[in-house]
Amino acid sequence: MSEHLLQVENLRTEFPTRDGVVGAVDGVSFYLDPGETLGIVGESGSGKSITVLSIMGLVQRPGRIAGGRVLYKGNDLVQFSQEQLQEVRGKDLAMIFQDPMTSLNPVYRSGWQVGEPLRLHRGLDRPRSLREAVSMFRKVGMPEPEQRVQSYPHELSGGMRQRAMIAMGLTTGPSVLIADEPTTALDVTIQAQILELLKKVNAEYNTATILITHNLGVVAGMCERVMVMYAGRVVEEGPTEDVFANPSHPYTWSLLRSLPRLDRDAKEPLRALPGLPPDLTDLPSGCHFHPRCPFRIDRCVDEYPPLAAVLPAQRAACWVTQAGVDLNRAGAIVG
Amino acid sequence: MAEATARPQLKSVWTAAEPLLDVRDLKVWFPIRAGLAQRTVAHVRAVDGVSLQVGQGETVGLVGESGCGKSTLGRAVLKLVEPTAGEVLYKGTSLHSRGGGAMRGLRREIAMIFQDPYASLDPRQTVGEIISEPLDIHHLYEGRTARRDRLAELLDLVGLNPRMAQRYPHEFSGGQRQRVGIARALAGEPSFIVCDEPVSALDVSIQAQIINLLEKLQQRLNLTYLFIAHDLSVVKHISNRIAVMYLGRIVEIAGSNELHRRPKHPYTASLLSAIPIPDPKIERHRQRIILTGDVPSPVNPPSGCRFRTRCFNAQDKCAQEDPPLDTVQLGDHQAACFFPVE
Repeated sequence: MSEHLLQVENLRTEFPTRDGVVGAVDGVSFYLDPGETLGIVGESGSGKSITVLSIMGLVQRPGRIAGGRVLYKGNDLVQFSQEQLQEVRGKDLAMIFQDPMTSLNPVYRSGWQVGEPLRLHRGLDRPRSLREAVSMFRKVGMPEPEQRVQSYPHELSGGMRQRAMIAMGLTTGPSVLIADEPTTALDVTIQAQILELLKKVNAEYNTATILITHNLGVVAGMCERVMVMYAGRVVEEGPTEDVFANPSHPYTWSLLRSLPRLDRDAKEPLRALPGLPPDLTDLPSGCHFHPRCPFRIDRCVDEYPPLAAVLPAQRAACWVTQAGVDLNRAGAIVG
Repeated sequence: MAEATARPQLKSVWTAAEPLLDVRDLKVWFPIRAGLAQRTVAHVRAVDGVSLQVGQGETVGLVGESGCGKSTLGRAVLKLVEPTAGEVLYKGTSLHSRGGGAMRGLRREIAMIFQDPYASLDPRQTVGEIISEPLDIHHLYEGRTARRDRLAELLDLVGLNPRMAQRYPHEFSGGQRQRVGIARALAGEPSFIVCDEPVSALDVSIQAQIINLLEKLQQRLNLTYLFIAHDLSVVKHISNRIAVMYLGRIVEIAGSNELHRRPKHPYTASLLSAIPIPDPKIERHRQRIILTGDVPSPVNPPSGCRFRTRCFNAQDKCAQEDPPLDTVQLGDHQAACFFPVE
């Protein structure tokens, strides 16, 4: 198999807590190819954010990467020193966060911050970095870019701040852009603007994108492939269309069924997923999803299923679907 | 009329055929003060001329983006903010002409469920104390046994184990806390509940549980909801009618399915088109109306139609004249637009 742009192998990230060590990311493997958009979906505590923070080398102590590899163009980032990581982070991997207000520095003008990667990594002087910042602002659709580079973050609206973050991430032409809930804090019409911008960036710069979100609608519109996480593990992975049409993990299946949909008029109650997401310090035995699973069999209580092929392009960590059960058909019986 | 002392004195002529809640040309302006003398230099026109009727047993959804005034409108209904102009009638009686004592009676009738189940529960009180507070205020179910039974009944109603009454909020998950918030709202036996973003802080898998609970309670207790949220998919599911707000005004109101199928106001159309649908096959072919720019400041809204600065249909007339809500009138579907979407 040819080499992927980014390949994560059996990544494990742990946090010590009063109740013992928590495996926030518990053996996660996936790959990313140039120019593609991968969605990572999960609820709070599923490990989706910690996964990408681990890739970026940004896990705060006492959290630590306890095992696995993060291969970027063949180099294992887990083994990199902080200096080496800083080099990679500015140039090759860029990250944008949910709340740009907390990730932009409030005491510097936005143009200064957007130009910073260029001064650090390309040795540009101040006036040139500012000119570049103006041109980046124009590319990300910032209104009045010449004025806006002089603005402090608090003088920008939420949508403008997210545009500034994206501009900052893109200045050095990274090959991977990681967006962690980039639109969750924004209004829907502004969300539509930012998603459109991310699509444009992906197409024009051929930047591979990892989009982390809890919003399955955003994944449906943005991502070619999707990875679903639950309690620190990948439970399903595959092409977005296949996963949505034929979910192969009961968690994915239940989530998709539980959503109220704008395009449906049905007035019956939503098919809610019962129970709560698990407590990471006290995980259920076997498959972590088994207490909430309508398809559970005895084996699920005892043994955690590996992530394995269920359909040609789709992998799922589920004993039931690996045995050949089609959830859409079986679901009619389960109700 | 044994209940007359506990229940609020309501206008006797009110019948269920009339709106339970009648908001009439409501304005809520917040002053902006500046300078040493703290003179009022301008106003944030959070709600700027809103009329809305809600019938008994109905759910009216109120949608709009941050700053559109939907939460302020909800708070005005609870008399948590005073209106600058206009009035809110409940069962035909104005909320604003009433003194403190009578208002307390009305507070029993109108309750609120808040967005953030983390911030809205006192961390030092047990869940039992939190839920009992409205009972203390309204002198309901006094006596230990009556109180204990009522508490157990309320917890059971929202799907919590009555034994959980001794626990503190931090021992609960987000969804469970929202259930506590709902139990507290129900304690005083209200007939009208303002739900302000009740599920937006919750995990996706928990949202459906809470929406179903709210619907079940509505049927069992004959409740009327004003359901405020920014997520149109959720609002469409739960509401009979939806009002869309923009910069302090209602720009369109219609039955939920009608609004989705035939939006007339360009803002509603773009809002609907901006909402992602969790189906890649549909998303691939969707045409989005991407609005440019941000919402203008409610301190100094644009002349004429407030949406015209972002509108794809705007013409000269829109800058000069302010379209009333009944500019488009198709049955009970209304939209404030001179050049509606076909």
